[in-house]
Amino acid sequence: MTELDIDVPQLITQICEQIKQKPMFAQSPKMIGIRTGGEWIAQKIHQQLELSDELGVIDINFYRDDFSKTGLNPTVKPSHIPWDVDNQHIILVDDVLYTGRTTRAALNEIFDYGRPASVTLVTLVDRKGCRELPFQADIIGESLECSQTIKLTGPEPLKVTILETQEETA
Amino acid sequence: MSSKLAGPNIQLNELGKLKHFLTLEGLKAHHLTEILDTAESFINPVTNEIKKVPILRGKSIMNLFFEPSTRTRTTFEIAEKRLSADIESLDIQTSATKKGESLLDTLWNLQAMQADMFVIRHAESGAAHFFSQHVAPHVHVMNAGDGQHAHPTQAMLDMYTIRKHKGDIYDLTVAIIGDVLHSRVVRSQIQALSILEAREIRVIGPKTLMPESPEALGVHVYHNMEEGLKDVDVIIMVRLQNERMTSALIPSEKEFFKVYGLTEERLALAKPDAIVMHPGPINRGVEIDSAVADGSQSVILEQVTYGIAVRMAVMAIIMSNAAQLSQHKLEQEQQANLDLIEQNNQAEGTL
Repeated sequence: MTELDIDVPQLITQICEQIKQKPMFAQSPKMIGIRTGGEWIAQKIHQQLELSDELGVIDINFYRDDFSKTGLNPTVKPSHIPWDVDNQHIILVDDVLYTGRTTRAALNEIFDYGRPASVTLVTLVDRKGCRELPFQADIIGESLECSQTIKLTGPEPLKVTILETQEETA
Repeated sequence: MSSKLAGPNIQLNELGKLKHFLTLEGLKAHHLTEILDTAESFINPVTNEIKKVPILRGKSIMNLFFEPSTRTRTTFEIAEKRLSADIESLDIQTSATKKGESLLDTLWNLQAMQADMFVIRHAESGAAHFFSQHVAPHVHVMNAGDGQHAHPTQAMLDMYTIRKHKGDIYDLTVAIIGDVLHSRVVRSQIQALSILEAREIRVIGPKTLMPESPEALGVHVYHNMEEGLKDVDVIIMVRLQNERMTSALIPSEKEFFKVYGLTEERLALAKPDAIVMHPGPINRGVEIDSAVADGSQSVILEQVTYGIAVRMAVMAIIMSNAAQLSQHKLEQEQQANLDLIEQNNQAEGTL
């Protein structure tokens, strides 16, 4: 198995540049991170963009589609979106986009808070080719193959390592 | 109700996790802590808001109230709705049992209406146990108060309230005041406090409202408020259960207030940051003075809000345990099949 560290600060800067280019975010964009990894990435982006509104955090565990199989996740914590979701342009941040199921859960949860004007999906890493639901990210830090898995540690220092799976090396 | 109270293990599944919630007796600290932690995940720490979540979507919960209740019934219903379950509340006093249908026939009919969980309040001790022994294996029973026996969700919401204000329970002295003899709430509270290893549990009240040997419950007994309230962290008042008293156990309500009523003067004997709790309904001027019930140390209304989250937690945990158990069984079956294939292959190999 090979391991490769990703230059996270550079990817964050790159993502921030792309966010700044979108006209709808010219005025006080609102940001939500998906706990845990997405929250860590969102904190960095939030800091770098110097956003005035507090970062929202959602825990999608109550919204997972496999409760009837896996039951409750003992680490689940309350979600907290400290502002009104209605009519806002929201930046939704996750660490890895993989099957798309987390994104589905996150969107469901956001819509339980209200009706945003738009949701832009940002992901640090996109593992292409193994999507199970029709979701694509608008802003992507790094694109990887489905067979490449990710190890994320944080929040400080925030470190992302790519692991080549056995399938790939075999 | 002819059945005896069954052992507490009836409420645990093969993996030692909650299947029903009937009593706190026999449960371990980790069961209680899991409930408190899960309840916390439903409450926004900043706003105290309890948001609706979709985890019990498609599940059907029936509330069977054989005994009147407003607080418990309403908070159960709200909890069920916030978990997105489909709910049905039946006021059994006015339904078929009046026409002579037996309890079990009522239960089986409701079960045939696709119930996944029953929440039961009944004036007979042991009613919830009785039901839990007769429901189908996939159906769960929650005790919302049975006679003088237990009211476990009330005790858990009290523990939640205490933990929220005072932190870990093992460091605390808790005084419970009033009708200890008739109160299922007090029984469950004492069990919860013992399991969570409270430093000291005191009960204060007249001898006529104490069980025969209260010390056996692991509590210190006081018959005098002035002594009993000294240096306590938590004061729990309970209601005089007039409806359960078969004889005159106290001279009068006025007299009771004079000796055991919680007034501002008496409250001052406890620690300055002591909290005042009451499971409700409160009888102002009987066990508690209005000035105390509405005062700054009272957390009585918070208890009601936390009751929603705690009931959500217990119901979510029970359904979650059921999901995990069936997944566990499925995996065991798959493993057994694999083992069988392996054995067959080996047997063929040796031929």
